Amino acid sequence: MAGPVQAPLTSFDVELEPIQLVAPDGTPTDETRYRREIPPETLGWLYELMAVTRALDAEFVNLQRQGELALFASCRGQEAAQIGSAACLRKTDWLFPQYREIGAFLVRGITPAQMSAVWRGRWHGGLGFTEKCVAPIAIPIGTHGLHAVGAAMAAQRLGEDSVSVAYLGDGAMSEGDAHEALNLAAVFKAPCVFFVQNNQWAISVPVSKQQAGPSIAHRAIGYGMPGIRVDGNDVLACQAVMAEAAQRAREGRGPTLIEAVTYRLGPHTTSDDPTRYRSQEEVDKWAALDPIPRYRTYLQNIDVWTERLEHRVDTRAARLCTELRDAVVNTADMDIGELFDTVYAEITPTLQSQRDQLMAELAKEA
Amino acid sequence: MTQIIERPADYGDDAHEPALFTPVPTTTSLTMVQAINRALHDAMAADDRVLVFGQDVATLGGVFRVTEGLNETFGDGRCFDTPLAESAIIGIAVGLAIRGFVPVPEIQFDGFSYPAFDQMVSHLAKYRVRTHGDVDMPVTIRIPSFGGIGAVEHHSESTETYWAHTAGLKVVVPSTPSDAYWLLRHSIASRDPVVFLEPKRRYWAREDVDTVTPGLPIGRAAVRRVGDDVTVLTYGGLVQTALAAADLAADHYGWSLEVVDLRSLNPLDFDTIAASVRKTGRAVVVHEGARTLGFGAELAARIQEELFYDLEAPVLRATGFDTPYPPARLEKLWLPGVDRLIDCVERAMSA
Repeated sequence: MAGPVQAPLTSFDVELEPIQLVAPDGTPTDETRYRREIPPETLGWLYELMAVTRALDAEFVNLQRQGELALFASCRGQEAAQIGSAACLRKTDWLFPQYREIGAFLVRGITPAQMSAVWRGRWHGGLGFTEKCVAPIAIPIGTHGLHAVGAAMAAQRLGEDSVSVAYLGDGAMSEGDAHEALNLAAVFKAPCVFFVQNNQWAISVPVSKQQAGPSIAHRAIGYGMPGIRVDGNDVLACQAVMAEAAQRAREGRGPTLIEAVTYRLGPHTTSDDPTRYRSQEEVDKWAALDPIPRYRTYLQNIDVWTERLEHRVDTRAARLCTELRDAVVNTADMDIGELFDTVYAEITPTLQSQRDQLMAELAKEA
Repeated sequence: MTQIIERPADYGDDAHEPALFTPVPTTTSLTMVQAINRALHDAMAADDRVLVFGQDVATLGGVFRVTEGLNETFGDGRCFDTPLAESAIIGIAVGLAIRGFVPVPEIQFDGFSYPAFDQMVSHLAKYRVRTHGDVDMPVTIRIPSFGGIGAVEHHSESTETYWAHTAGLKVVVPSTPSDAYWLLRHSIASRDPVVFLEPKRRYWAREDVDTVTPGLPIGRAAVRRVGDDVTVLTYGGLVQTALAAADLAADHYGWSLEVVDLRSLNPLDFDTIAASVRKTGRAVVVHEGARTLGFGAELAARIQEELFYDLEAPVLRATGFDTPYPPARLEKLWLPGVDRLIDCVERAMSA
């Protein structure tokens, strides 16, 4: 029989000022609690991933504009948050993305073809994600945080030191499921990190209309977990705070809520017109804080950036964009029979008869 | 004592006459609560991946004591209390299933399944399709369900149609302790999510349960009483009502009712339904839930689509009404009982 449970006594402080390792002008900040000095190859790799994400993202937008994709949700401006948070994890850590996480997908080796299945309308959720320990794209907002908690509870029971990461946004944090996920993770000390990309806008609603509290990270205090605000446009800072949170989870010390303060430079999706709800001044202000030029300047200042690195970026970006275009334009649609065949492990009699009906219709048309 | 009739396993197109089920040696006299508890225990003992969790299931053993002893036997890792959060209970089940566990979460009462609706419909049901068949979702959601026990509001609801309307979920409803034991074992063994609706009004029904010989699988109906005049299609707590009505119909009117216990609403055993309706030419559906778009609507539609020329009478429905579930002192008036069913039978017989 379980005895009476004592209320948790630990309380965490949350700093309003985001953690920053590299200032917008590319110079190192005074922050000393996190390590900036990582191997040059890793520094270059982070740059490559960010720049390639930007290029691939642009190609997705082009393909949508050319009528090849029904829709696309650009992550332009959020590359540092995505790459920094995903790059420091192990391949056996599980990611639970929303739908804007191209950068994280790229880190995991998910191919442009696999990502594009969603936007091309070939298949829901993407293809082949779970082989890479990435959950399929979750379009309902905030609901997949609970899946991350469940996967983290699985890791506890399997005796693994793997971590689950839920990618959420500022809008998602208004959903009831986000609250339930944070609370359960804290109660069960689940090895889970909630990485919230606060990109300031949930379609047309600003974060100021999503919550009245001082910050998203501050909510962690109420759940009994650390809450950290980080400059989401500083890849090294994102990497550092995620690495710390993941280590904390691996050691059995429970979940962390990270708020990466960033900005969605593009529209919500290709169907959105952001001029209806936000000013050009605001966009310009954030464009000046673009994570990629900032990081390049930093790398130039410490002599890590080279022409060769830039060339590598260009080559890989071109290759992935070609792969993407080829996958989108030249890949056949899925067989509609697969839609019926994947509803259950074994098709039910009723569904089989409906499948037969459709196949007969198609045979008649052929 | 009700005779349990089963369709032979290797039925063909011509084999629509149900064969008599040979009773197997019984082992233990159990109530439905005890049978479900035993099934959970046996499933957890058989497979380390099986986890039981929900509100009040561990220390308390469940508000109906269905999960009694599981925490003590299997420990906090296998049977645990969750915070009071239904969406979370199903949401973590999805995450646990992705990582290979076999979650058996409990939603404490039917009326509290709605906060979990989004997780069930948008995620649990769709995960196999969304992963192109790569990920199994072997989650069995147990929900004490339906009315007839004089409960307060939100504790007597019929939710089956919501789940049966959702592609990707299986929906089963046991009517006896034996069926509860085996349907639950089959549900937990299923690679797909199963919504397991437990008829609270039958929780304390007792019978001998054979926990050795596997019972009918999911997707098979059981003919609980053989008859010639009218097929009564029902499930869960109302199977007993239908059997009582069949006795009355035979004694007072000389009508012979065939009672088909659907057991599984999805997959639906339409072969057994069709075989019975072809024989009787008349069908009456009985369920507690509201009539409009209740499960009876689907059955009536399908029977007329596929068996129109076998019918002697319209398919009729003895159901609850299109109101919220009534307060306890009114529920006897509202619930379909023997009288409402007999009225339908009379109309079918005089058509």
